[in-house]
Amino acid sequence: MAMKQSIQKRAGVTILAWIVAFLIFFPILWTFITSFKSELDAIAMPPKFLFFNWTLENYAEVQERSNYLRYAFNSIVLSIGANVVGLLIAVPAAWSMAFAPGKRTKDLLMWMLSTKMMPAVGVLVPIYLLFKNLGLLDSLWGIGFVLMLLNLPILIWMLYTYFKEIPVDILEAARMDGASLFNEILYVLTPMSVPGIASTMLLAIILSWNEAFWTLNLATSNAAPLTAFIASYSAPEGFFWAKLSAASTLAIAPILILGWFSQKQLVRGLTFGAVK
Amino acid sequence: MATQQVTTAGRILVAPSVILLFAWMIVPLAMTLYFSTLRYSLLDPDSSAFIGFQNYTSFLTDPDFITALLNTLILVASVLVISVCGGILVALLMDQPVFGQNVLRLMVIAPFFVMPTVSALVWKNLLMNPDSGLFAWIARSLGFSPVVWFTNYPMLSVILVVSWEWLPFASLILLTALQSLDEEQKEAAQLDGAGPLSYFGYIVLPHIARAITVVILIETIFLLSVFAEIYVTTSGGPGVATTNIPFLVYKQALLNFDVGSASAGGVIAVVLANIVAVFLMRIVGRNLEG
Repeated sequence: MAMKQSIQKRAGVTILAWIVAFLIFFPILWTFITSFKSELDAIAMPPKFLFFNWTLENYAEVQERSNYLRYAFNSIVLSIGANVVGLLIAVPAAWSMAFAPGKRTKDLLMWMLSTKMMPAVGVLVPIYLLFKNLGLLDSLWGIGFVLMLLNLPILIWMLYTYFKEIPVDILEAARMDGASLFNEILYVLTPMSVPGIASTMLLAIILSWNEAFWTLNLATSNAAPLTAFIASYSAPEGFFWAKLSAASTLAIAPILILGWFSQKQLVRGLTFGAVK
Repeated sequence: MATQQVTTAGRILVAPSVILLFAWMIVPLAMTLYFSTLRYSLLDPDSSAFIGFQNYTSFLTDPDFITALLNTLILVASVLVISVCGGILVALLMDQPVFGQNVLRLMVIAPFFVMPTVSALVWKNLLMNPDSGLFAWIARSLGFSPVVWFTNYPMLSVILVVSWEWLPFASLILLTALQSLDEEQKEAAQLDGAGPLSYFGYIVLPHIARAITVVILIETIFLLSVFAEIYVTTSGGPGVATTNIPFLVYKQALLNFDVGSASAGGVIAVVLANIVAVFLMRIVGRNLEG
């Protein structure tokens, strides 16, 4: 390398980088540590950083008191279910736009993207009233349907950018060999784009898991996912920090791990391919 | 003809998505527009009547609306400044060849994956509580009296929480853009004896300018709809100090049951978002051509 950095300078940059990263990450780490404290240790002054009686009792209590597993179950069902259905609708659409584009395909893509720009409050009232009349408030079906629609444009967009990278010749070869369209999509296109589909799903699941406008407004108890469960801690009784921390750790851990795997796709998915 | 078949199939396969998205956005939006011209309260749905633009005039002249609009703009602008400037610095730092780069990157991106309700409550309690929060302890250790964050500086508190959520996003996108900077260009600048500042100003900044624009536009769209963070921390208060447009519309619709007025607010939110969206779409659209 032409640039020769002195060892001192390099050590300085390294230390600075670690401090900055640590500060950004700290609230998560602090939540994690607090989740193993007793409620008294959690509010102790000065704060107890590492030397306290580590306990798992908060985790047990969170489950016992508020039935954590039911909310977790709802979150899992909603974020996976909605996006599996979304994928079934999005794959054919993305195929069509990538391999059988018409004059209007680009406009159509842009229009789909534009639906994502619509602020949720713009349609809150009619959706709420519609759901109320149809009895869909606080139902997994209703909320799942909304989450599916929220992600549909992103699914189509990401799949479209992945499909565009697949040489069209391969699909045409399959067609020449007499493969039907259904078989072409199922046996040729899908296996070739498994990595793309997987990362699309990952991002979509993360977005659904953390969605907190519609889930807070449309779910009250039965269908409430973890976002709403955590929100119930905003009006707590007595000491609750350790329990809040335990519940929070449980709510974010799975998605944090998934998220770390999907960093690269995140950039692509969230900027609609504008930054690569 | 095979191609004719493919074209037809393409139309059929894209249809479900188009129909669903149309039903999801355009139809409710039309309903919102329609409701916004009615006097329509859920408490007394039978007395609803057409009143033209009255909801708009009352919404627009309501002092709460002006406050909410200002709050929305303050929130969006502050978070943008903090997350973009901070994001550039963090991205520059993470782009350096330092020990444990991958781990650092994971730590920096992590807050983005935390659900908004968790971020808000953890910050409000564990960090910003004036009695037992960590910030209070730091303030006392340094000899200051602790700040009563959410009571005395409610908007600043919300801004801090939301900035923490979006700083990682800006950092990640800008880092991705930085990494595509040509190694040769770096060396050429080095050879020409460019100092760090002129190197940043003439080489780095122009290179990541587009990514910065994209970050600003995407964040703006999300920040215009911040809701959960306010819902679980301040409920828009004290008074209307942290009420933004989404929260005001929510309050009108689901707490005051005033469908007409809430709809007018919703339409205004859509107009605001569209102003930003037009610019973003242009950038994305240009990319689609290339």
